[in-house]
Amino acid sequence: MRTIFFILQKEFLQVFRNRSMLPIIFVVPVVQLLVLAFAANYEIKNLSIDVVDYDGSTWSRQLRDKLLSSGYFSLHRQAYNYKEAFDDLEANRADLILTIPRHFERDLVRENEVKVQLLVNAINGSKAGLAYGYAANIIGRFNRQVRLDWLALDEDDGPQHFDISYRYWYNPTLNYKFFMVPGILVVLVTLIGAFLSGMNIVKEKEMGTIEQLNVTPIRKHHFIIGKLLPFWIIALFELAFGLLVGKLVFGLPFEGNIAWVFLFAAVYLLVMLGLGLLISTFTDTQQQSMFITWFFLIIFILMSGLFTPVESMPLWAQKLTLVNPVAYFVKVIRMVMQKGSGWEDISIYLGIMLLFAAIVNSVAVWNYRKTV
Amino acid sequence: MREFFVFVRKECYHIFRDRRTLLILFGMPVVLIVLFGFAITNEIRNVKIAVLDESRDTYSRRLVDRITASGYFAVSTYLSSEAAIEREFRRGEVKMVVVIPARFGHDFNHGRKAPVQLLTDASDPNTGTTLINYANAIILAYQEEITGKVKLPLTIAPEVRMIYNPSLKSVFLFVPGVMTLILMLVSAMMTSITITREKELGTMEILLVSPLRPLTIIAGKVIPYIALSFIIALSILAMGFWIFGMPVKGSLVLLLLECLLFCLAALSLGILISSVTSSQQTAMMISMMGLLLPTILLSGFVFPLESMPKPLQLFANIVPAKWFIIILKDIMLKGAGLRQVLVPTAILGGMTLFFLLISVRKFKTRLS
Repeated sequence: MRTIFFILQKEFLQVFRNRSMLPIIFVVPVVQLLVLAFAANYEIKNLSIDVVDYDGSTWSRQLRDKLLSSGYFSLHRQAYNYKEAFDDLEANRADLILTIPRHFERDLVRENEVKVQLLVNAINGSKAGLAYGYAANIIGRFNRQVRLDWLALDEDDGPQHFDISYRYWYNPTLNYKFFMVPGILVVLVTLIGAFLSGMNIVKEKEMGTIEQLNVTPIRKHHFIIGKLLPFWIIALFELAFGLLVGKLVFGLPFEGNIAWVFLFAAVYLLVMLGLGLLISTFTDTQQQSMFITWFFLIIFILMSGLFTPVESMPLWAQKLTLVNPVAYFVKVIRMVMQKGSGWEDISIYLGIMLLFAAIVNSVAVWNYRKTV
Repeated sequence: MREFFVFVRKECYHIFRDRRTLLILFGMPVVLIVLFGFAITNEIRNVKIAVLDESRDTYSRRLVDRITASGYFAVSTYLSSEAAIEREFRRGEVKMVVVIPARFGHDFNHGRKAPVQLLTDASDPNTGTTLINYANAIILAYQEEITGKVKLPLTIAPEVRMIYNPSLKSVFLFVPGVMTLILMLVSAMMTSITITREKELGTMEILLVSPLRPLTIIAGKVIPYIALSFIIALSILAMGFWIFGMPVKGSLVLLLLECLLFCLAALSLGILISSVTSSQQTAMMISMMGLLLPTILLSGFVFPLESMPKPLQLFANIVPAKWFIIILKDIMLKGAGLRQVLVPTAILGGMTLFFLLISVRKFKTRLS
């Protein structure tokens, strides 16, 4: 026990002695959390739009104003002709073009139907889909307004219909930060847990100091625990600090008992540290260890449902998330914080995580004995 | 000059001897592109929903059928009471609940108006709104099917044309994005680590007393990696083209030159990082912490830049990945020539020079 304590002391000293490492561990993550929370937003706002109004009538101008006052679109240019607007689209200056045909107002009254054209730059498919959805919605509302004004039509007198109402549970204001900040925290905690632990052991190998340690009376499990525990503590501290910042700056909801988050994180970190340890047993240089860790982490992170929902992945990819520890943590931290999920909801995930921890760490320790 | 080539050859040996790293360097892009190209989309399919149907008449049953027949939704449970909704949401499997009150069909036929309620788990606001939009459209289509298309007077019909990517494939955005991510991190990390490694192991001093000039040493270390990153870029392009049908509408030569430029930019960033750090761990953490999330989030790869707050949009301008993604999309999807991508190219070039300049100065002062 005393041995472990001394090793811990040595490891902590080493971490804290490295002046350039301290800001990276403590400051950079918080800054990223603060900055990136604003970046991670799917809400479409301020799309630049070019309007080509060949009609120039009252209604065509009203339609344009409706689009611009919605907050989704900002006018880049009122173009005189289609060609000009298309140049803007091509040069990335405009995201979409609304073309209102000549005799728009006249034909609307006379022919009862008139077409307006929307041209959307669809390189970003989801953005284009949303942009069109918003625009179509605004045009539809404008259309109803015109109808009501012109024909004095009462909507309730209309034909039989379904009356669809919506409710957004848990996040009625649709605040995207409540969703993203816990997720970004997971990434930051993961980076600390998996990377530093693995590299730290390989470093001793690369420097040749591991042989010196091997001839000391330090037992191997002392060594391993001494190497991993500091990062376990640092990562949990990081989580606490990040949550505090999130609460103070973004007013993150803490619907559930935050203890579940920490309990889960504690087990989750065992998995990540074990992964780092496992990778370190396979590699000889920090460079190798880093690349392998990076490879797994980038897959884990991008396929965790953090940025793109797991539901929208193909089935085989959804199956893959069953062995992705990051996906579980992202899911659990969001469940507890936003929905107040409790023991009965997360216990299954906690069980899976414990299982992962047991497997990864046993393989790592077994492999460690063989190689060192 | 001869010494220089010998030095480059030695560095190449170093790289090729380390089979494991080599395997990762080349295997990684392949796995990542295939995985993400297929897996990362924002399209909705087979989302689990629950139904609370208090009416259980033909209308309500057919409504639910319509919703599931679309392929977007799959009913995982039928609930029996309002209280069960909360429980389902908390367990986290179900993303939307369709509530159909009693006498649904009756209300529709006699009251002309039948209420349906859609509840979504908006803890993910984006998915929440998307699901409601989808379900809404399906329900309206069903209504039209029963009542027949009602022709309303004074109709403004929006006609849409999606330019450059008519089928709205998200892979067209993800291939350039993943490519940028891999090149950025691999190049920046590789170089910063190799150089700091020499420092950490003390072999840098040995190199410095050799007749090679410091600048030559750095160049010799970096050149093999330029070749490596370029090959990685090539293989990603090839996969994007053959596996995912990414078009290359513009000039291929221009595209390759731009890739080379971006590799250089990333490598010079790596040199810069190595010039300010002395240990591999620090170098790696800087490239990880400083580059991973900003490259994903501030490049327009996942989230659209124009929706971000102004200061962040300004900040994104110093993220090299942003410019490279613009270049890639313009050349591959729009068929732009050098004239159209001149600005982002100049910016990337300028960044590269800037990074190199600083690192050369830093490097000299450190080693003298």
